[in-house]
Amino acid sequence: MRKLQNTLYITRQGCYLHKERETLVVECERKKLIQLPVHAIANIFCFGNVLVSPYLLGFCGENQVNLAFYSEYGKFLGRLQGRQSGNVLLRRAQYRISAEAPLDIARNIIAAKIQSARRVLQRRQRNHGAHEDVTIAIRQLNASLKKLQSADHIDQVRGIEGDAAAQYFAVFRYLLTDKTRQQFDFNGRNRRPPRDPINAMLSLLYSIVGKEISGALQGVGLDPQVGFLHADRPGRDSLAQDILEEFRAWWIDRMVISMLNRGQFADKDFIYAASGAVELKDDSRKALFQALQMRKQEKIQHPYLEEEVEIGLLPHIQAQLLARHLRGDLACYPPFLMR
Amino acid sequence: MMDAIALSALRHYAFCPRQCALIHNEQLWAENFLTAQGRILHERVDSGVPETRKGIRYERGVAVSSQALGLIGKLDLLEVNTVSDALKPVEYKRGRKKADDSDSVQLCAQALCLEEMCGVKIDEGVIWYGQTRRRESVLLSQRLRDTTRAIIADVRTMLESGHTPAPVYGKHCKACSLIDACQPQEIANDHSQAYVAALFNIE
Repeated sequence: MRKLQNTLYITRQGCYLHKERETLVVECERKKLIQLPVHAIANIFCFGNVLVSPYLLGFCGENQVNLAFYSEYGKFLGRLQGRQSGNVLLRRAQYRISAEAPLDIARNIIAAKIQSARRVLQRRQRNHGAHEDVTIAIRQLNASLKKLQSADHIDQVRGIEGDAAAQYFAVFRYLLTDKTRQQFDFNGRNRRPPRDPINAMLSLLYSIVGKEISGALQGVGLDPQVGFLHADRPGRDSLAQDILEEFRAWWIDRMVISMLNRGQFADKDFIYAASGAVELKDDSRKALFQALQMRKQEKIQHPYLEEEVEIGLLPHIQAQLLARHLRGDLACYPPFLMR
Repeated sequence: MMDAIALSALRHYAFCPRQCALIHNEQLWAENFLTAQGRILHERVDSGVPETRKGIRYERGVAVSSQALGLIGKLDLLEVNTVSDALKPVEYKRGRKKADDSDSVQLCAQALCLEEMCGVKIDEGVIWYGQTRRRESVLLSQRLRDTTRAIIADVRTMLESGHTPAPVYGKHCKACSLIDACQPQEIANDHSQAYVAALFNIE
């Protein structure tokens, strides 16, 4: 299996990143902050006023290093795309199946998504005692799964997905302990901009992991923009969004919930704008990225490969499994669903 | 004109048809210890200006092609006899002599390119083995030429189909740098249908 490499999040304003022989140097005000071997880096995410030297841009382009730019507050701006990698025949298969027969892949991904949301809720019931609303939501998710199994049109899959997400987020607040809920409450998912701290944390992590998936898809030669569940929309990485569905509940939602329940974030970690928009402060964003980096290094047993892998490699593994299915090596696409 | 096939594809095909399709159609490449060793050997071989010693001119990294066979590639070394103008392709291998004739086929394909480009007849070539440090002369017999042409046709058929053959897991997979991308065992053991069916289980 491929080696898990580092992701760099550059959040300090005024940083200059450049390549010095085989190392990457991060400088600020002409002082070296860090120097790392370039070959150990898979992703570089720059926030705000961060400068990247042409040589480093070239290195990223040539070596499949995923380089993305965000505004200082985490809004995605753009991503460097290197030389088109991989097999044009694979991409043709992707386009053909996306246009003519997206149903099976989309249905498998949504089955994994609903199943995973359901397991997050069940886990809550086991650990903290049954809550009636949560029990009802689980039952509704069961019904969604049943309906999904016989869905025979992509729009039906999208509808079921929407319902299931609404049911899940309607009881999401009960994943928080009573004590946490006094400080942070959650009344449904909102974004662009997020209007409470939990939505702000979720949005930021979905975006980051989404960009990692884009990079991984490109790395195996797939086109991140052409999806199966998500329709084409200029500028949207629809395929990356498809794959992200598999990771939302199990990876990101649970990570946010457990950090909040452990009291790792408080009200003072957020900026509340007059418009109602909520953002993370610099240091808390850094803490969130650190937590994500730690989580990525944890090892799990991959449910399909039955092999021990780091969580950070999951985007790459799922991209590879999808490529293999599109290429005809695997009968079905096995989405990620933790047992 | 038909698309040119890289001479290296013949060697890859002899090693494993799937590897050949992964490299030449799917554009996959990964390096491991063995490929790095080969690359460094070739960097050394390919460098240097032509030189003449004892009536033989040595030209390195010579680009060749064949319109008739649709081949393109590079010779490690071409020895030109300054008296008779006879040409002799030399191929460098990092390993040792193998039981099959895959190395000879590659050499023969190089010779076929040279024959077409220079309008000459080439009787023999040389393979230099790094591990044993031995030069082996290879006679370019009619039988070897026929085998080579047949293999070129097979490779062309496979690459033009765009289809990547299923893996055959074996001892050679351990030496293959593409094992992570190919995952021969995972594909031979395709349990994706059962896995997907279980996604809908509500226990």
